[in-house]
Amino acid sequence: MSENYDPKQVAVLRPEALGEAVERAMWAFAGAADLGELAAVKPAHLGERSPVLVARREIGALPPHAKAAAGKRVNEARVAIQAAFDERRGALLAERDARVLAEESVDVTLPWDRGPRGARHPTTQIAERIVDVFVGMGYELAEGPEVEAGWFNFDALNFGRDHPARAMQDTFYIAPLGSDLVLRTHTSPVQVRALLERPLPVYVVCPGRTFRADELDATHTPVFHQVEGLAVDEGITMAHLKGTLDAFARTMFGAESTTRLRPSYFPFTEPSAEVDVWFPAKKGGAGWVEWGGCGMVHPNVLRAAGVDLARYTGFAFGMGLERTLQFRNGLPDMRDMVEGDVRFTSAFGIDN
Amino acid sequence: MRVSVSWLAEHVELPDGSGAAEVAEAFVRVGLEVEQIHTPPSVTGPLVIGQVAEFEMVSGTKKPIRYCQVDIGETTTRGIICGATNFTVGDVVVVALPGAVLPGGFEISARTTYDHVSDGMICSIRELGLGAEHAGILVLASAVDAEVTGLRPGADAREMLGLTDPVIELAVTPDRGYCFSIRGVARELACALDAHFVDPVARIAVPAADGPAWPVRIDDASGCRRFVARRVTGVDPVAPSPWWMRRRLLTAGIRPISLAVDVTNYVMVELGQPLHAYDTTTLTDAIVVRRAVAGEKLTTLDGTARELDPDDLLITDGSGPIGLAGVMGGAATEISERTDDVLLEAANFDPPVIARGARRHKLPSEASRRFERAVDPELCAVAAERAATLLVQYGGGQIATGRTDVGQPPVLPSVVLPLRLPDRIAGVRYANGVTERRLGQVGCVVQPRSAPDGSAELVVTPPSWRPDLVMPADLVEEVLRLEGLDKIPSTLPSAPAGRGLTPAQRRRRSVSRALAEAGYTEVLPFPFISPSVFDALGCVPDDVRRRTLRVVNPIDADRPELATTLLPGLLDAVVRNVARGMSDLAIYHIGQVVLPRIEQIPTPVVGGVDRRPADAEIAGLVAALPGQPLHVGVALTGMWEQPGWWGSGRAVCWADAVHAGHVVAAAAGIELRVVAANLPPWHPGRCACLRVGDWPVGYAGELHPTVIDALGLPARTCVMELDLDALPLTERRPAPVVSPFPPVLLDVALVVDERHPAAEVADTLREGTGPLLEHLRLFDVYHSDQLGHGKRSLAFTMRMRATGRTLTLPEATTARDNAIALATQRFGATVRG
Repeated sequence: MSENYDPKQVAVLRPEALGEAVERAMWAFAGAADLGELAAVKPAHLGERSPVLVARREIGALPPHAKAAAGKRVNEARVAIQAAFDERRGALLAERDARVLAEESVDVTLPWDRGPRGARHPTTQIAERIVDVFVGMGYELAEGPEVEAGWFNFDALNFGRDHPARAMQDTFYIAPLGSDLVLRTHTSPVQVRALLERPLPVYVVCPGRTFRADELDATHTPVFHQVEGLAVDEGITMAHLKGTLDAFARTMFGAESTTRLRPSYFPFTEPSAEVDVWFPAKKGGAGWVEWGGCGMVHPNVLRAAGVDLARYTGFAFGMGLERTLQFRNGLPDMRDMVEGDVRFTSAFGIDN
Repeated sequence: MRVSVSWLAEHVELPDGSGAAEVAEAFVRVGLEVEQIHTPPSVTGPLVIGQVAEFEMVSGTKKPIRYCQVDIGETTTRGIICGATNFTVGDVVVVALPGAVLPGGFEISARTTYDHVSDGMICSIRELGLGAEHAGILVLASAVDAEVTGLRPGADAREMLGLTDPVIELAVTPDRGYCFSIRGVARELACALDAHFVDPVARIAVPAADGPAWPVRIDDASGCRRFVARRVTGVDPVAPSPWWMRRRLLTAGIRPISLAVDVTNYVMVELGQPLHAYDTTTLTDAIVVRRAVAGEKLTTLDGTARELDPDDLLITDGSGPIGLAGVMGGAATEISERTDDVLLEAANFDPPVIARGARRHKLPSEASRRFERAVDPELCAVAAERAATLLVQYGGGQIATGRTDVGQPPVLPSVVLPLRLPDRIAGVRYANGVTERRLGQVGCVVQPRSAPDGSAELVVTPPSWRPDLVMPADLVEEVLRLEGLDKIPSTLPSAPAGRGLTPAQRRRRSVSRALAEAGYTEVLPFPFISPSVFDALGCVPDDVRRRTLRVVNPIDADRPELATTLLPGLLDAVVRNVARGMSDLAIYHIGQVVLPRIEQIPTPVVGGVDRRPADAEIAGLVAALPGQPLHVGVALTGMWEQPGWWGSGRAVCWADAVHAGHVVAAAAGIELRVVAANLPPWHPGRCACLRVGDWPVGYAGELHPTVIDALGLPARTCVMELDLDALPLTERRPAPVVSPFPPVLLDVALVVDERHPAAEVADTLREGTGPLLEHLRLFDVYHSDQLGHGKRSLAFTMRMRATGRTLTLPEATTARDNAIALATQRFGATVRG
């Protein structure tokens, strides 16, 4: 017998007392309606001051022969209470998942059109796409000004001063008359600039805004965009031109697309040709569509740009971006491109 | 150029079974663009030749009505009512009998009218769908001519009317003047089909003449290369042109007028040589070809009195100018209905002179269109002979024995063509002899020879109608197009490795994408503006943005100037969208503006394509151009955030516009400094200047209410514009040091005078905290009576961190206190308790 034997204290180790503690805990846990209540009652039955933990601390006061049996009893009671707690907690968790999360459900089809949605003009998008195609082939992007010297826009491109071709393009002239400044009528002056500025060989693609004095209507606009391609190298042939146009057409209009050349005339190419493209998705069935102009760079243009004619030849081609969009994307009216109606541009997104 | 298939067939042996479609396809193959195939008007049922046997006037009608008996080859004549009066007994006409259906579904039936049974209809040109002429019926020939031409009453009229003959309309490119003639296009067609070609010129004999037809002197040999004149006397002034000639002119789109005029037009279309017919009796003294003298005047055929320019090339006689050479004749010497003495002019003029003249007087005539593209100088005498012969054949009289033929047309130089150049340009190996054969086909004389290096070359002399063949490339084109561009294979060249987009090009894309991602929609307005827009924008009279370049020939006369700012175009688009019901808007535009030089430098004259200009010349050209920096601008109005189930919305405000500037800057990889500014068209209290360092690159904020009123914009519309080219390009941005140690977070609220911009206070805190400051953010701005009038509280949160160790709280607090001390020193800031 221990000197500090206290019959009251030891009473807590009695099997009846422990059994009652288990019973009370089970009642308390069963009575907890939710996880919060369960957490609130937990300390009374599994906390430091709970009956089983108080009983465990009393074990040390028992005589050695009684310790083992009492320890076993306390531990059994504790395990039973913990099991009751875990079971109830599991049940309450399952109930919460079933009920509470269901109550928190929302209508996920509600719109989230809170802020504005931006878009880029289809002309910008197609220009970038075309540039990417040619950059992929090794070309570089060349640029030039919109107000251009007549020499770059006409003279260097072999438009004679009084040549009827000069009058063919309805040119916007910059005041005063005789300033010899124009709004560029095509992107071709960039060809000349590229040849003057860059070392040979030159492979460039030039998209840009161009101007002709045409009234705005469903099929014409005085301000439009072109893209120009130029390759000047040793041994460049018209077969290279055809191959490049075919590759270009395939990326724009699908793998089945190809091009067809019809002889034509431009002052800055000789031979010159119109380019038709086979468009599989053409309205009313696959067919040829007029796409642009092309040819072998005229020797006069190469000479004006200081290119050695004995060594180099070149090809050039040009297309209207609005025209390309018109048949490629089925655009009914040119005016939609220029009026800036956001409903039009929004349809094209940021990149497509 | 409109040509009927039957006319072509007269000069080209068309393969069996080839119709308009095959002919058109052949033209396209060699480079003549087919604008349209005009199928002849459809007439079904009986349409026959008739001859008016007799007629009587129907009595009691207001306008004259004839009841005609028409012989249509039957045993008896048919009675037909006709309201026209331009025919007489014996005339051969076209009769639509009951059962015929004329163009437009016009059904002919026998019907009683004016108390007679009208057993058919005598047709006009318009009723047959052949032209617009409806003043009377179509008289094919008089009784006399009918015998000559063998028109038989009762015969089907379709073929002779051309109702079986399709017409092909061709677009002729500027280099191929010779294709403005049957002779030229028939030759092209023969080449395309490899068919036999009969040159109409070969059928025209030019007999020797005795002296000149009229004295002519060429004073300006550079303008006039050759002048041939032929005179026909005793012509019947009212003799009609034969139907076949009128029909061919109609198909060519030329209105028949009178025999003399029709003959000149016919020969022009047939051969390509424009002709002019003078009433010889109106001429005084010798004809002289010379330039105009300042102050001279001429009334042209169209009745317009014209002031002449010293560059104008004139045909003159003793009375002064009688024609604008190669463009239009004068009224005083015109053929009239009494002219029986005709002087025919067939001349050859310098193309640029005619082109300038026609443009100067805005007179694009059939003649000038041909002369400015060059006419075969060998044609003059042939064409004059052809016209004189036709005039005599159909108008009687005789050709005077003399012929004037003065002038010296230039001889086309030979071109030396390396034999294999066409192969080298095409990337094709053509069969031996192809080049010689094709060049021969277009009319060149080809002489093979060996070059000094032993390679084969051809000496090629172009025919007189091909002045466009001046260099080897021109000959190469002839070979390639006639052999067919479809023979050219498809091969990709191997370009050297490119360098990709330049930093500026990539930046432009990033900015475009960033703005779109931020909610802006791109617009591409025209750069044309009205000078009055600067008044609406509230710009002072000497505002630099008013210095614009002007377009001489604007589409919209009210908007002749080129934009120096993107704002007018953006605000136009705002107004248009709002008018269409799109009131919540955020739009952007990236585009060049045009900024004239302070002093306009004249553009140097550099010249043609015979050489590369010197570097100084190129520099001169570039220096004469205006500055054209790339700007980016935005405009926004209405709600930025929409109200919805999440709560209320938010209207756009000045800060959105400033933020757009930051979006651009972030995409460009730089930071902008924002300082208060006051610049039209912005609200003076809500205008931010966007700076890179101390350099202003743009402005942003809310528009001035007056500007909003003047432009009809919604209230509180905001805009931003900055010069993208003025932003420095960033390459290889240095990486930051990212410390893994824990931060210290501290807040500080400073009470400062309102006049101190928040950005400056923030900068001061950054400076005062030093390198320990990782991030500073203004999270609250607070006004209250307790703070006092003109004061506000700015609350910042600071995230501080050390590299390489854990920052302690005392260190962080010291750094913050240093920052507060600096703010106190600069702005009198106090810490809000």
